[in-house]
Amino acid sequence: MIKLTINGTARELDVDPDMPLLWAIRDHVQLTGTKFGCGQALCGACTVHLDGQPIRSCQTRVGDVGGGEITTIEGVSGRVAEAVRAAWRELDVVQCGYCQSGQIMSAIGLLSQTPKPTDADIDAAMDGNICRCGTYQRIRAAIHDASRGLG
Amino acid sequence: MFAKPLDKAALAATSRRTFLKGAGALGGAFVLATQLPLTGKAFAAKPGDPPAPNAFVRITPDNTVTVLIKHIDMGQGVTTGLPTIVAEELDADWGQMRFAFAPANAEVYNNLFFGPVQGTGGSTSTANSWEQLRKAGAAMRSMLVAAAAETWRVPAAAITVEKGVVRHAASGRSATFGELAAKAATMPVPAEVKLKDPREFKLIGTRLPRLDTPDKITGRGTYALDVRRPGQLTAVVAHPPRFGGRVKGIDAGEAKKVPGVIDVVEIPTGVAVVAKDTWSAIRGREALRVTWDFSAAENRSSEAIMAEYKALAAKPGLKAAARGDVGKALAGAAKVLEAEFEFPYLAHAPMEPLNGVIEPTPGGATIWTGSQFQTIEQAVVGSILGLAPEKVAITSTYAGGSFGRRATPNADYLAEAATIARATGMKAPIHLVWTREDDMKAGRYRPMVYHKVRAGLDARGRLVGWEHVIVGKSILAGTPFEGMLVKDGIDATTVEGVADMPYAVPDFLATVHNTKEGVPVLWWRSVGHTHTGHAVETFMDELAHAAGKDAVAFRLDLLAHHPRHVGVLKLAAEKAGWGEALPKGRGRGIAVHESFSSYVAMVADVTVSGGKLKVDRIVAAVDCGLAINPDVVRAQVEGAVGFALSSVLRNRVTLKDGEVQETNFDGFEPTRMSEMPKVEVHILPSAEPPTGIGEPGVPCLAPAIGNAVFAATGKRLRSLPLDLASLSGT
Ligand code: FES
Ligand code: FES
Repeated sequence: MIKLTINGTARELDVDPDMPLLWAIRDHVQLTGTKFGCGQALCGACTVHLDGQPIRSCQTRVGDVGGGEITTIEGVSGRVAEAVRAAWRELDVVQCGYCQSGQIMSAIGLLSQTPKPTDADIDAAMDGNICRCGTYQRIRAAIHDASRGLG
Repeated sequence: MFAKPLDKAALAATSRRTFLKGAGALGGAFVLATQLPLTGKAFAAKPGDPPAPNAFVRITPDNTVTVLIKHIDMGQGVTTGLPTIVAEELDADWGQMRFAFAPANAEVYNNLFFGPVQGTGGSTSTANSWEQLRKAGAAMRSMLVAAAAETWRVPAAAITVEKGVVRHAASGRSATFGELAAKAATMPVPAEVKLKDPREFKLIGTRLPRLDTPDKITGRGTYALDVRRPGQLTAVVAHPPRFGGRVKGIDAGEAKKVPGVIDVVEIPTGVAVVAKDTWSAIRGREALRVTWDFSAAENRSSEAIMAEYKALAAKPGLKAAARGDVGKALAGAAKVLEAEFEFPYLAHAPMEPLNGVIEPTPGGATIWTGSQFQTIEQAVVGSILGLAPEKVAITSTYAGGSFGRRATPNADYLAEAATIARATGMKAPIHLVWTREDDMKAGRYRPMVYHKVRAGLDARGRLVGWEHVIVGKSILAGTPFEGMLVKDGIDATTVEGVADMPYAVPDFLATVHNTKEGVPVLWWRSVGHTHTGHAVETFMDELAHAAGKDAVAFRLDLLAHHPRHVGVLKLAAEKAGWGEALPKGRGRGIAVHESFSSYVAMVADVTVSGGKLKVDRIVAAVDCGLAINPDVVRAQVEGAVGFALSSVLRNRVTLKDGEVQETNFDGFEPTRMSEMPKVEVHILPSAEPPTGIGEPGVPCLAPAIGNAVFAATGKRLRSLPLDLASLSGT
């Protein structure tokens, strides 16, 4: 049995400790907001927070999470998350939307660390998140917008 | 997909029967029946048919208006644009608008430009729905008014509707749509409706928030990959590593020992591992030993195939368009320029790898997927499962991108899912999941293409002749669309953008060679225009330079009969500051192209320094008729730049001894945040009916960038992706 805390709820999962956290979340906890894009740490679609830090869940063994707190797109909340979502709504960032859970989790991670990011900060924090629909211009604008919203 | 609405005569000649027969032939290994059964009677809505408002608009007592979306949502904004059309004619309040995906039913939800087929493609969603949904909205409005008139015993003419409220001013009575919904449903559907004068539009042409945003920023939206049906099993497939390869031998012993693996079955497309979750299925596949028979496979490398293309280009081809005497014109020209362009295979690589669920139901089956070709999917899956197409239901989910890939004439991945469901006894819902590697290596690429162009200038620098040879594999040959779009061996999607080039050249010849390599190909966002637009617009730039003329002026001289090309070209040039001097190392390039009945011009600003290319800014001007939602139009063009940029900079799918070399986002890397240029989109005001915008943003990007690189460095890079290595030392 693997013990995990996801979105504040403690869970016990009967899975192989080698299973990537991504598949444990999607197939065993039934939280499907976290997406599968590449399985190789190349796209960021699977980004979740471990103790508030963005990580790629496709490259994290579920057995390695230990007592860490996992937060997914379904559970992320607070001032920064609200500001990010408001900006995403205001600018209608999404297209197909498939990458956006990961984009939003990375953006929240960035703004939590760096409330006033420069364009270079955004490049550094977001370059690992692919958007095949090419919504980057709006993602960048929305991050700046959210940053202003945070005051 | 198709650049033009299918021609009416061809449609009339293509009955549902012959169409589906074609679909059957296509299913190849999957389809057992020689002819697919038909869905009921061969009726389908035609352009101009009276609307069936209830099929498209539902008003409920909770005062919401739900628009049924017959098209796929793959990010292009249909779930906002189509409800806008209804809300406008209905005089609804935007806040009460909702959407739901329509079921599969070609009799009601066919694409009016595809004849008897429900499906999405060719940037037709808005254009084919425009009149249909306006009429549906207007009919629903008049039924609400009739209901109010009868309830209040007042003349209908004295009733007004505004923002979802029906009013009779004289008596001061009013009611919401929700309050009138039940009675309105009993009113007769009007045979004739009056549509608004576009000058009365209140919602169309304004920026309304997207209706799909809330689902997509919370993780709530369901994509096919998120479908979880009771008892569902997950399947992954070991595919042959070369196109046309077959299974020779299987050792499933180790795979079956992997915990969670339930079954291993051979299917025509490989070996399927069925397991209780995705990870177990993937691990099971890793443990599988399969040997392959490549005797009938495509075993060549890309270079060998391209060498064949070049050899073919030297021989006479099929005539796609001809006027005047190009031989004579070039012989008499003061200057003749010649260029060749090579284009690689390209993967669509939608962010959500292809997948879908087949669920057995009593007497039938349900497909759960982001469905783009509903009618074909029903027919193909039905034939595999031994079901009439109408017994195959489709529950459409959001689609995590498509770019053409989901509009597959043989429903490849769903056929594979159905085959596994059948092979495992239809006992449980089967979720077929392609990993990124499967998706990338599955083929159905943008064709590899070779262009060879010659054109002449007279002594005064005027264009006098143009000879164009295109070599590549037909997308449509052998598909159900063949009868509609392949004429005399010429596939319209191979030559679109060249055969109908707008520039006034009296002597013109375009020829084609269709190749037959065993690599499956498909339409990729803007289809033939991905290569024709680049070849024509790059070569036009070369000709302008050779003529000693400005690239904009040179084009304008040749576009006298094409005012919409002129409109976007001038607007883009003006907004970009065309003609300004730029510092050393920077360059500006322009291109203009029509596709899908929309017109786009783009100006690219680039910096080349230390041998490295950076695309700084793209200024686009677009004329797509009336822009229903200008912000969605802008988003589509911004997105087209982000999508296509990596194909300009680096993307290619390469075969080595028949095997695809790029397997994930490392070898085939999409554009990333730090590479995204600033994109400005200017929309030309227009009262013309709306045309496509999903695809037309793509074709101009590559030539505008290539032309800007030439302006910055004097180096002419023609083939795609651009040969950036050759910029070292500049
Ligand atoms: S799925 Fe984890 S980075 Fe792509
Ligand atoms: S919105 Fe489609 S991949 Fe980002």
